Amino acid sequence: MTLLSLNNLTIRRGTCPVVDDVSLTVSAGEFVGLIGPNGAGKTSLLRGALGILPGTGQSSLTALPPLARAKAAAFLPQGRDIAWPVSVETLVALGRSPHGQTDVNHRAVTRALARMGLESYRNRNAMALSGGEQARVLIARALAQEAPLLLADEPVAGLDPEAQIRTMQVFADLAVEGRGVVASIHDLGLAARHCTRLIMLHRGRLVADGPPQDVLNDKALAEVFGIRGFHTVTPDGPVFQPLGVVR
Amino acid sequence: MKSVFPALIFLVTALFAASLLIGPAGLGLMESLRALVGGDGSPVVQVMQEIRLPRAILGLLIGATLGLSGAAMQGYLRNPLAEPGLIGVSSSSALGAVIALQTGVAASFALALPLAALAGAGLSVLLILTLAGPRGGALALILAGIAISALAGALTSMVLNLSPNPFAALEIVYWMMGSLADRSMVHVWLAAPFMLAGMAALMTLGRGLDALTLGEDAAQTMGVNLIRLRWVLILGTAASVGAAVAVAGAVGFVGLVVPHILRPLVGARPSRLLPASALGGAAMLLAADIATRLIAPDRDLKLGVLTAIVGAPFFLHLIWRSRKVEA
Amino acid sequence: MGRAVIAARLFRLPKGTKMVNADPGPKACQTRARRLTHGLQPLKSALKPLVCAAILGLCIAAPVLAEAPARVVSMNLCTDQLAMMLAAPGQLVSVSNLASDPLSSSMVEQAAAYPQNRGGAEQIFLLKPDLVLTGTYNSLASVALLRSLGITVVQVPPISSLDEVPQQIMAVGQALGREEAAQALVDDFAIGLAALAYDGPKATAAMYYANGYTSGAGTLADDVLSHTGFHNIGGESGLTGGGTLPLERLIMAAPQLVVTSTPYPAASRAEEVLSHPALTELRANAGFVATSDADWVCGTPHILRAIAQMKIAREVLE
Repeated sequence: MTLLSLNNLTIRRGTCPVVDDVSLTVSAGEFVGLIGPNGAGKTSLLRGALGILPGTGQSSLTALPPLARAKAAAFLPQGRDIAWPVSVETLVALGRSPHGQTDVNHRAVTRALARMGLESYRNRNAMALSGGEQARVLIARALAQEAPLLLADEPVAGLDPEAQIRTMQVFADLAVEGRGVVASIHDLGLAARHCTRLIMLHRGRLVADGPPQDVLNDKALAEVFGIRGFHTVTPDGPVFQPLGVVR
Repeated sequence: MKSVFPALIFLVTALFAASLLIGPAGLGLMESLRALVGGDGSPVVQVMQEIRLPRAILGLLIGATLGLSGAAMQGYLRNPLAEPGLIGVSSSSALGAVIALQTGVAASFALALPLAALAGAGLSVLLILTLAGPRGGALALILAGIAISALAGALTSMVLNLSPNPFAALEIVYWMMGSLADRSMVHVWLAAPFMLAGMAALMTLGRGLDALTLGEDAAQTMGVNLIRLRWVLILGTAASVGAAVAVAGAVGFVGLVVPHILRPLVGARPSRLLPASALGGAAMLLAADIATRLIAPDRDLKLGVLTAIVGAPFFLHLIWRSRKVEA
Repeated sequence: MGRAVIAARLFRLPKGTKMVNADPGPKACQTRARRLTHGLQPLKSALKPLVCAAILGLCIAAPVLAEAPARVVSMNLCTDQLAMMLAAPGQLVSVSNLASDPLSSSMVEQAAAYPQNRGGAEQIFLLKPDLVLTGTYNSLASVALLRSLGITVVQVPPISSLDEVPQQIMAVGQALGREEAAQALVDDFAIGLAALAYDGPKATAAMYYANGYTSGAGTLADDVLSHTGFHNIGGESGLTGGGTLPLERLIMAAPQLVVTSTPYPAASRAEEVLSHPALTELRANAGFVATSDADWVCGTPHILRAIAQMKIAREVLE
């Protein structure tokens, strides 16, 4: 089942295209890692697909009216804004607002809190938590929306290794359960280990799309990222580690 | 948390009753209550129905307006320092009203006065959102508010000074500090429809403001129409605050203090803060109005003086606290 | 009959009285000197130059001793009107702009004959006055500046009772060197005042102006009311001088006479209270509604018109 399809999506800032004629589809069961250097257009692609940024071309999500769109896809923005000192459960329950529900004890809210290990955090002030804890709370909010597709912009940036791995595992589990996840990631090692598919962007253009071991070849790494790295396959899964710069 | 609303409703009711019963005429309790519903045109009935009742109703509605619009603006701008007085909405409403009065437009048809104040308020809200919209920080907001307030105040003074009426030059104090003295039911009928309509519009913003807790992007992807929300905020604030200022002058700090005090009591949720702030604002303004009658009964002590005595130190305290956090 | 006489006198007053110019001038002096020396022929040859010089010297000193200013400027509403009534022709050079405001001045037509000043020191100084008449509450800075420029400024304080009206008239008369005219005016005033006194029970009255302002005990308006058989409720609760009367208390007192003022053009919030529904109702129920006007403002003989109006009101309420 196709959860997202983009056709010739182009987003311009001024005259410069930050997303240049990108076409792709995401199906149920995929955990897609969106990778690329800074300024490649990862955030713009996600925002453009959701209709937050105006652009030309088609996105299956923008074709939907706003509430249907909210039920079809959940978005986790890069900026981790929490404006008011609400309780964790209130914040997670905000994910139910497209469904018109505000009950903090709704099943979806409880499930989301459990999944992110936040049951004991229910009544704590969300603004008073550490950065890592806040990131988990915000992810829980997106999970509580229970949309088939989850789009996440840098969800693991600034988290400690345990939190990073746990979060990536949650996303992988969602894919296995039949949903779809697209997450933009800087950490190529994590992406290689947990994602089922990688999409590489370079200067707004889609330059590679496939399984991690195919996408993370030396030529692409050198051209797009300007680095060289070490890959191998271990009993725990693929491992990738950037080693040095080449330009 | 659940007990906040019943407590607020009780408080507002008690203060409304007190407002009806306090005044220079020194009427007894039973006498006053009977006169409130009497119809014989005697002086007591006159005092209760024509002087005390409109004053109490206006205190209630204007306080609710100021509290609610403060909470709504804070929710939208995600900034606890936003309120109609500080960001220049009240002063711009006063300018609109004064221009209508001094040019004689206000006398041309009944609703001209509140509409003129509404126009002034609407322009200033638009200006504020342009100069220091949600992406502008607290500093940009306060600076824009100071600029708009200063400009509106100066223009109001100028219009009043140029009036052929010698009293007009002195009434800048009333417009900038507000007063409910000697208001009549005429003023109630003039302003109440706009205030109620504006407040009703602002009350619909609860869900959207809740979602905005997470920022604009997240709110939009949760189905909130930000453009519609912005317009409802502008028009709702303009209508309610504009009409309030047109009949009572600009009273500041209510929209700052009330949401701030009530926020912890409603779990910081904007959607619950809206009705709570309406009730809290009504309570605060009724209390201030009663205080003006008790502190200096024979002088027209301005409402804004009392709210500023409470609100300005509060504002300084907020600034001080935010400085320490940033440091 | 009595009332007609008073009215005739009253309405004659504003036209003013004409007086002979008593200021000698140097030419008259010479004539007088010549007449004197004519009768003293034998001494003429020896004393004529000496006597001439002495008499001329006295004549030159005469204006200084008599102190009748040639050019007078008034910068206060009340001194404007008294000066217009008392000054010799050509003596009064300018009156303030308030004298032509129909809401404050009883002598608007007469004021049109004089150039206006706005009370600024520069404008007045350029008029080269010998004397400036003003009140005690006028712009003190302007008064100080004029004095430092060497101009004589006489400040006439406002009055707060009808008994002080003669004093005010005499004060202005003395400053102008027109004591006889002033005395005539005072006598007329006393006759008029006595004729307008009311003896009888008091009726309740209230004055209510913009901003809820009223005049309490010890004010000229209060005295007008008590002279004509009214009890001013504004003076209750110990209010002396001007002050605010809460609308509620006015309504509760339900006075038989309500005195308000004519609103100024253009809107003001201060005057909004005068159209409050409760006040409209009160006026509809009161026995008599009067409007105070320019005659009430200053302690000039015009106040007799106001007193006559109040006496009529009192008689209507009987």
